[in-house]
Amino acid sequence: MNKQQTIEQAIAQIPDGASIMVGGFGSPGTPFALIDELLKQGQKHLTLIKNDANEMGIGISKLIENGQVDKLVSTHIGLNRRVIELMNEGVLEVEFHPQGIFAEKIRTAGAGSFGFLSDIGLESEITKPEDLLDWKGARYKVEMALGADFALIHAAQADTFGNLVYQGSAINFSPLMAMAANQVIVETAHCRAPGELEPACIHTPSAFVSSLVVLPALTNDYGIMEHHVRH
Amino acid sequence: MSDINRIISRAAREIQPGNIVNLGIGLPTQVIHHLPEDMDVLIHTENGVLGAWKQAQPEQMDPFLIDSAGAYIATRPGSAFFDSAVSFAMIRRGKLDLTMIGAFEVDQQGNLANWKIPGKFSPGIGGAMELAQKTPRIVVLTTHCDKKGAPKVLKHCRLPLTAAACISRIITEKAVIDVTPEGLVVREKLEPISNEALQAITEAELIFPPELEAS
Repeated sequence: MNKQQTIEQAIAQIPDGASIMVGGFGSPGTPFALIDELLKQGQKHLTLIKNDANEMGIGISKLIENGQVDKLVSTHIGLNRRVIELMNEGVLEVEFHPQGIFAEKIRTAGAGSFGFLSDIGLESEITKPEDLLDWKGARYKVEMALGADFALIHAAQADTFGNLVYQGSAINFSPLMAMAANQVIVETAHCRAPGELEPACIHTPSAFVSSLVVLPALTNDYGIMEHHVRH
Repeated sequence: MSDINRIISRAAREIQPGNIVNLGIGLPTQVIHHLPEDMDVLIHTENGVLGAWKQAQPEQMDPFLIDSAGAYIATRPGSAFFDSAVSFAMIRRGKLDLTMIGAFEVDQQGNLANWKIPGKFSPGIGGAMELAQKTPRIVVLTTHCDKKGAPKVLKHCRLPLTAAACISRIITEKAVIDVTPEGLVVREKLEPISNEALQAITEAELIFPPELEAS
């Protein structure tokens, strides 16, 4: 039941061409250490699935800037001018979804289902005619589940079995992605022995976790970003 | 008072005690600074916080706690953190009372365009489409005209819509305007301006009720 691996072992499982979900809304929840190891190992032709593109020079933006990413599935990349440029230049393919639909598509895959019916943006340009379903007098959009080969997740605390606890606004997409990906690689700086986490307070049960990387400490990437502090 | 301050301070009066409110990125985010410290209100942020409050003091900032615009926030007693599926379930189930949101264009049918300018600006949809479509009351905060002086309150939006017929009220530095079945009704003027002058900078047809003249 012990899921602990070195960061090198854990990330080496990812092949070229893999689809990878990455937790985080902005910085909170972004697994910076796992991403940096992926940058170091250099896997290519990746499809990344993340709410946003982080900001220039940090998180998944490094992978995109380094040419390792063919496609990004996302909801909003407004805080990353460089990634917007790469999208506009046609270097990076970007697929956008409304944020809650993105979450629900991932949740649906994580629940072992294949899709759901929505009424968001039915009349808008994000809906193609072939996605519409008329059923018993009402019109819906068919939203298919969104899974992935891997998920990279940051947990505030874990135990060696891979039970996970998140904190603050760093929860965001992590528990959903941890259920939706085939292999789930988790990093934490606070690893406990089994039994030390309160069972009723666990966000992601260990069954969903494949690999656990214990970080010696959190780097500056996880700290306060000075330019987001309004003076 | 600057144009922006006039919009924000008037917008703060839209929030009623007991409301659950989402404040969109841009002008709406700033409305929180005009709310009394003890106000009975819950601020929702898309990234999974109910009970968000003003920016945290530097010594209390938590790098794992931001609002959806990236600011390090404080929370109030009774707040909750949750995942993004829950956050948007809250939105789509209509549990929010009010969303304040920015706009590129609005029109007299209450249509909202704020997510894309084809060929120029397309950073993604974010939470705007679900907030606009599913919050019972949408109040748009916008300057009356764009930076080049062109009207933003139109007969028909020309940009791709975020959501159709979703807007209840529009607050600009000039006026408070309600979307009604009869059309756009001017409820208040926020600076001294004649009806003719206000109509001249508005593409949509404005309705000026008699009580406005009296006030």
